[in-house]
Amino acid sequence: MSAELVSDESSSAPPTSAPAPSAPAAAPAHGRSPGQLAWRRLRRNKVAMASLFLIVVIVLLAIFAPLVTRLLGVTVDADSSLVSEDGSLPISGPTLAHPFGIEPGTGRDVLALLLYGARVTLFIVLCATVLTITIGVLIGTIAAASRGRLDRILSWVMDLTLTFPQLLLLLALSNVITQRLTAIGLPEGNPSRIAYLILFFAVFGWPYIARIVRGQVISLREREFVEAAVAMGASRRRIVLTELIPNLWAPVLVYASITLPAFISYEATLAFLNVGTDASMPTWGKLLQDSIGYFQVYPAYLLFPAGALVVTVLAFNLLGDAVRDALDPRAGRV
Amino acid sequence: MLGYVVKRFGSMLVMLAGLSVMVFLLFSVLPADPARLTCGKTCTPDVVEANRQRLGLDKPLVEQYAVWAKGIVAGRTFNEGQGAAEFTCPAPCLGYSFSQQENVTDLITEAVPVTIWLAAGAFVLWMTFGLTTGVIAALNRGRWPDVVLQGISLVAYSLPSFFVGLMLLILLIVQMSLLPYPDYYPPSEDLKKFLVTMVLPWVTVAFTSAAFYTRLTRTQMVETMGEDYIRTARAKGLAERTVTVKHALRAGLTPIVTAAGLDLGILLGGAIITEQIFNLPGMGRLAVESVVDSDLPVITGITLVAATFIIVANFVVDMLYMVIDPRVRLA
Repeated sequence: MSAELVSDESSSAPPTSAPAPSAPAAAPAHGRSPGQLAWRRLRRNKVAMASLFLIVVIVLLAIFAPLVTRLLGVTVDADSSLVSEDGSLPISGPTLAHPFGIEPGTGRDVLALLLYGARVTLFIVLCATVLTITIGVLIGTIAAASRGRLDRILSWVMDLTLTFPQLLLLLALSNVITQRLTAIGLPEGNPSRIAYLILFFAVFGWPYIARIVRGQVISLREREFVEAAVAMGASRRRIVLTELIPNLWAPVLVYASITLPAFISYEATLAFLNVGTDASMPTWGKLLQDSIGYFQVYPAYLLFPAGALVVTVLAFNLLGDAVRDALDPRAGRV
Repeated sequence: MLGYVVKRFGSMLVMLAGLSVMVFLLFSVLPADPARLTCGKTCTPDVVEANRQRLGLDKPLVEQYAVWAKGIVAGRTFNEGQGAAEFTCPAPCLGYSFSQQENVTDLITEAVPVTIWLAAGAFVLWMTFGLTTGVIAALNRGRWPDVVLQGISLVAYSLPSFFVGLMLLILLIVQMSLLPYPDYYPPSEDLKKFLVTMVLPWVTVAFTSAAFYTRLTRTQMVETMGEDYIRTARAKGLAERTVTVKHALRAGLTPIVTAAGLDLGILLGGAIITEQIFNLPGMGRLAVESVVDSDLPVITGITLVAATFIIVANFVVDMLYMVIDPRVRLA
């Protein structure tokens, strides 16, 4: 997972609490927070705005999937009358009634499947990203703020976790952990499988962000405003929660923007290895994997799941790049 | 400097010891019944119980770990005191697969060369390609070669590798029959067949990885090209080529080496997806097979070996820092 390495250097961006660079002479000089400046830079980036628009549309489509499918007149119900007699192929390709075509074998509408699949996929990657970042920020901050032995132990655990072959373990532990999750009360089947993916994306993902946050906090804790808080007798809890963590949003946002698309691809890769949800609640990865098998006889079937996945990941990556540039005032001006 | 090497080596050994405990715990505490995972679909309760005894899974965890760890260092004996059924597993013994009737170490030793060939070829390909395109993009910053290369690399970076691999397989092998269906032969046996089989797996692994290195190299180069010493180098009349390679690229090399070392380490632990698609009998495919067959000793062994590759790669990268960056030597 080399994607994370890029963020290391971007995390060396000046801490966001630094005074904002003075605005150009043309504009009246009133103060803008670094966040506002970053947002202005981001807004000027057309590619970023297009990507953001696309992402918002995809998220809305996913949230309102039941409504959208009803408006478009498609359902995820199986319809055997639409598949050929041997059940392997649909009778027709994309039509007006089924603009993205029909799933071979079952006769389910691909557009409806993609809309509902977006819900599952986005739910998994959003939860996994939030969980990864929460754990990473907490442990990274604790490590840096505690110094001494606890810091060394936590850093060692981070290094050790990073040495595990993630894909292999996600594959190997899938059945074992899914059964365990069912045993502790989660509904059997897809809910347990989804919980497994979210949990273990986070289990292997947190050390990257924890390392970045630890480095950031170590440099922050020497700064005057933290010293001032210490001098005023603020408790350690207060220093961590109100002085340190709010200053971490820039690296965290940058990291989140590369984690999320990476998780979408990762989920698809696991679907290829038959880890994840089954056909009754397909993710985009699952739909893509199913469609590849039919590529030779029914190539149109591949187009939409592959397109949806690649376009979404691309949009997130483009937006992530732009966010990184916007948050790092030095970038792009060298 | 020697002190640093020794210290770093020591911490690598501690890491390996910690790793062995973690891997052991992972596969003995998490499953509800580890013995149930020692045989595949044809499992009967008798076999499960027999394996439980033979593998010592009925013993306390600490004792199990001691036996397992001792096996790696000094070898171990299975079915001890059972006459003809007794057999030894020489060090480094990672366990015995009762479903494949073979020592785990032997299974892994057979698979490792395939993965090494795959990793080495792909590594050369992606580093050459990634560095070259990254440098070209940086030197033409803002102009069309930069825009085109950045666009391509971002799309490539956004494609899951299984999708790339499967499309290559379906289009070039199945549909256009440009290449025969992959059938692995070691290069010593049949070099031509080896190359014909490996070319697509190499491209698959290199394709998505190169995209990342294009981006990383470009970022690094753009940053160093703005430094004062680059202007100095130009001002004293050095050839542009020397400025680019010896000053700019060299100075931005550290993060690239870090990423490359880690990626290579990860890859040596098995390219699960690529090996699966192109039917290469390497570590990745062995891992998938043992998961499907519920062959716990093999899964544990592969996890340990794969993680060891990553730890060693980390160590090598740290050593390389001293070569690349003189400041590390002085510190």
